[in-house]
Amino acid sequence: MLDQQRLQLRAAFFQAIRIFFQDLGFLEVDTPVRQPLVIPEQNIAHVPSGTHFLQSSPELYMKRLLASGCERIFQICRCFRYGEHGRLHLEEFVMLEWYRLDADYNDLMLDCEQLFQFLGTEVAGCHFPVSLAGQWDRITVEQAFQNYCPVSVNQALQEDRFDLLLVEHIEPHLGGNIPTFLYDYPLELASLARPKASQPEVAERFELYMSGIELANGFSELTDSVQQRSRFEEEFNKMGLRDRAQRKMPEFFLRDLEKIDRAAGIAMGLDRLFMLLAGQDSLATAVTFSPDELDM
Amino acid sequence: MFAASDLRKGLKIQIDGQPYIITNFEFSKPGKGQALYRCKMRNMITGNQFTQTYRSNEKFEKPALEERNMEYLYNQGDEFHFMDTENYEQTFITREQLGENVNFLQDNMKLDVLFFDNKPIGVTLPIFVNLMVTVAEPWAKGDTSGNDTKPVTVETGYSLQVPPFVVEGDKIQIDTRTGAYVTRVKE
Repeated sequence: MLDQQRLQLRAAFFQAIRIFFQDLGFLEVDTPVRQPLVIPEQNIAHVPSGTHFLQSSPELYMKRLLASGCERIFQICRCFRYGEHGRLHLEEFVMLEWYRLDADYNDLMLDCEQLFQFLGTEVAGCHFPVSLAGQWDRITVEQAFQNYCPVSVNQALQEDRFDLLLVEHIEPHLGGNIPTFLYDYPLELASLARPKASQPEVAERFELYMSGIELANGFSELTDSVQQRSRFEEEFNKMGLRDRAQRKMPEFFLRDLEKIDRAAGIAMGLDRLFMLLAGQDSLATAVTFSPDELDM
Repeated sequence: MFAASDLRKGLKIQIDGQPYIITNFEFSKPGKGQALYRCKMRNMITGNQFTQTYRSNEKFEKPALEERNMEYLYNQGDEFHFMDTENYEQTFITREQLGENVNFLQDNMKLDVLFFDNKPIGVTLPIFVNLMVTVAEPWAKGDTSGNDTKPVTVETGYSLQVPPFVVEGDKIQIDTRTGAYVTRVKE
């Protein structure tokens, strides 16, 4: 259980994030936590809740709000991933997501820089483990594999070892002195992201790293509902024989997607960010109650 | 069989026909990526260690490990002989396999012997053992540089630091996990 001082710090941290987005004209929204069907993503196991599932992310519903005319929205909410336990993983965690109409992933990277700088100056007692000054490091996925990994990104994909090699060889090098954006992911690893016009084999997706720890995943939204439908179908094929409810096409989402021209959105793990700012090295000592402290 | 999601610190698994214990474990999962299980493992026979990251589709065999309650009889060179207290069968473990545990074996001591594939590979000692001090120098205050302990040797040949009041012929209790002195025992 967090002590009084850290509870105060955690509250101030959440408060500052809300102020930052409100000052920028973002509307705070909320969307259903229990969802009858889920985003088709092969590597995410959902937590069932009666006839529904607990959200792994508010992504689909926030994009439907964009389609309804919201220009800038943010949400701080609980998300759930079945079976994720570890130093940097909890089954229940706090996600910050924000979305912008008429924007791309470059705008989100700037948001990240400004948000961290704001937190660094506004939240007394929060200390970033790296410098925030100047422009942050940016490295493409392809370049990162060239620099740090014994095999190329294409070979890693062919051998189905992309994630393994990323974790083993690349992540430890990212964000050591200054936060780092790892960007331009292979298209097949960015189910909901837009292909890059100048380089169609990659998607406009990035991950933000600090001290080797992944904090956020953002991208320029894929707004072509025909392409999105076929990407979801690919995910269904990779998912194998999972529960039928997890294999239903989100038709309302695809219908609303057509109303969006250009947009970008990002998800940031706030427990992890708070963990780093509070000088902790495990989520267990950064959240109010660690899983070990719950009655079983 | 174990699935990758069963992996955790302390779990024993079999790799290439050898039993391993997981001594360090970390779960990781890159954004939207596969679950990965990073394990540091120690070979339970050779003591060799290595680190490996596994993916969720991997499966692991359960090693055929069994603990039997046995009695320590005697040693012959580097072979330490034990007897099964139920069927009186005898077996031996080498000094190398016993490692540090060799320091705390006493004749007729009851302990658990770990078998892999019906071959003994190690022992689990009681946490505390009582051993006789066989060599202890008299201690004169001011002799040492401020340390209020002195070295002694016990009946198994093991040496350790104890408080100055311990003398030859005393029985002392030792924690077998750390090898450290606990208390003097009156008998």
